[in-house]
Amino acid sequence: MIVFLIRRLAALVVVLFCVVTITFFLMRIAPGGPFDAERKLTPAIEKQLLAKYKLDGPLHQQYLDYLRDLLRGDLRDSIKYRNRSVAEILAQTLPVTITLGAVAFVLAVAGGVTLGVMAAAGKGTWRDTLAMLFALSAISLPAFIIGPILILVFSLWLKWLPVGGWGYPAAIILPALTLAAPYVAYIARLLRGSMIETLGHDFVRTARAKGVSERVVLYKHALRVAILPVVSFLGPLAAHLLTGSIVVETIFHIPGAGGFFVNSILNRDGFLLGGVVIVYCAMLVLFNLAVDVLYTLLDRRIRLDG
Amino acid sequence: MDDRSPTRRLGKNPVAVAAAALLLLVAAATIFGPLFLPPSSAEPSALSFSPPTLAHPFGTDLNGRDVLLRVLTGGRISLLVGFCGALVSLFIGTSYGLIAGYAGGRIDSFMMRIVDILYSVPRLIFILICINAFSAYLQEFASARGWTWLVSSSRIAILIFSLGIIEWLTLARIVRGQTLALKSRAFVTAAVGLGQSHRVILLRHLLPNLLGVILIYLTLTIPAVIIDESFLSFLGVGVQAPAASWGSLLADGAGALNPVRIRWWLVVYPAGAMALTLLALNFLGDGLRDALDPRNAGK
Repeated sequence: MIVFLIRRLAALVVVLFCVVTITFFLMRIAPGGPFDAERKLTPAIEKQLLAKYKLDGPLHQQYLDYLRDLLRGDLRDSIKYRNRSVAEILAQTLPVTITLGAVAFVLAVAGGVTLGVMAAAGKGTWRDTLAMLFALSAISLPAFIIGPILILVFSLWLKWLPVGGWGYPAAIILPALTLAAPYVAYIARLLRGSMIETLGHDFVRTARAKGVSERVVLYKHALRVAILPVVSFLGPLAAHLLTGSIVVETIFHIPGAGGFFVNSILNRDGFLLGGVVIVYCAMLVLFNLAVDVLYTLLDRRIRLDG
Repeated sequence: MDDRSPTRRLGKNPVAVAAAALLLLVAAATIFGPLFLPPSSAEPSALSFSPPTLAHPFGTDLNGRDVLLRVLTGGRISLLVGFCGALVSLFIGTSYGLIAGYAGGRIDSFMMRIVDILYSVPRLIFILICINAFSAYLQEFASARGWTWLVSSSRIAILIFSLGIIEWLTLARIVRGQTLALKSRAFVTAAVGLGQSHRVILLRHLLPNLLGVILIYLTLTIPAVIIDESFLSFLGVGVQAPAASWGSLLADGAGALNPVRIRWWLVVYPAGAMALTLLALNFLGDGLRDALDPRNAGK
């Protein structure tokens, strides 16, 4: 187990190194620079700006300098948002993105599991059909369809919930629902399949024969086995939620990291982009690690050897 | 045709038939519909944010353009990118899965490990960065050679390829699994015994048996690519104005949503067109999967 953890943490370093390298060069190879959008700069000023943001000198030198700064824990300054460091921006925006993602995550898993068990338990009945119809529809529709429609209905017509913004509990409901909806559906479908298979096993029949209540059979005996495919989907789920939150933050005007991510690409703000991408990837790798550990705790047949 | 034939089974599934009909309708509308609208509706006019009227059944947008026409021409681009992008991913996924499954052993586990890793990476995020980095290059490259057709559509070309590159993972997994299963069947062993080349075995013996699965995943990949394209266009990185796709239309609509003036037509019509298409594709794909599943034969 310890060897496994050490190996995976070493892999994290490798992944982050690759991510930094790819992002850095992709940002620098494209024609044009971060100061293109501004008024025509005199060569002297442009040179000074480039020097200030350490964008002068040969490319490989810049790259090595950047790596050295990162190793010291310095994510550098944003080029576009003058006088703000990347670390500062991230410290303000990441908690927002993480809160939204965490709420959506809990919603997706709780909703998906309930719906999936319900469908599997009532296999072939109208409840199953209805749940799967809902699931297929929710999977088919992306956040930028569900989001504006939810705003239109619940905020503008019914006036129940705020249009957007952040900072009070009611504001998180629609964005989290929008973000979670497709994954509620995905998990429900995944779980329905594995649950139906599990319910055919002998140990379920034994439990039923012993007179265990149906509820306990479903949620305690069968779910423990049937949940495994869902657990292995949690890693990709986190990646999807992170990507999806970019759109959801835009729709609902939420001051999270997603907006800064998109703007940093459009503004060619390389260091801000680098910072966001590094943090995103680190979170995902660590999360995947946690999922793998959870997996072994649930299924004792698997051992983590690395 | 007996009851075991997949086409017959698909024909008996009313949802799938309705979905297929709807898709044909949407495709025909986006291709031919704009021809029936007055050419002036594409031009900006003074009639800004007009709600739906007889002259403009879907209303007009900020610049006074007809939303019906924008939804139809936007649909053209969305469907084109979706279909071509899915073909690219089909090619990559099938070849990758075939090779991994056929090679087996270490090569197989190495190739599948790569797929696993790519699965948990936010691929769209990297594609966003790549598109931004390379589209200027492609444009320069095309205009240097005088390929005017590519200059104007370089953004779309790059969208098609980059989206094809990210949506092949599921298909690769499925094809690999099927190939592994087929490999041990007698007809493949016989082909190997007859000394046929790997190329012939792969293309003549294995590939034709995979066509059903590939067809299912084609119908399921098209909506995925349409969603990806709209995601990028929604964020302003995909199709560039004045061209539009459903994603960029929805971005305009969502941007115009405010409590003071409810311009619902800017959201409802693009969202409706896109939702119908995506639902139809997914329901058709699901129906195909049921029809081609041998376990359902004779039902």
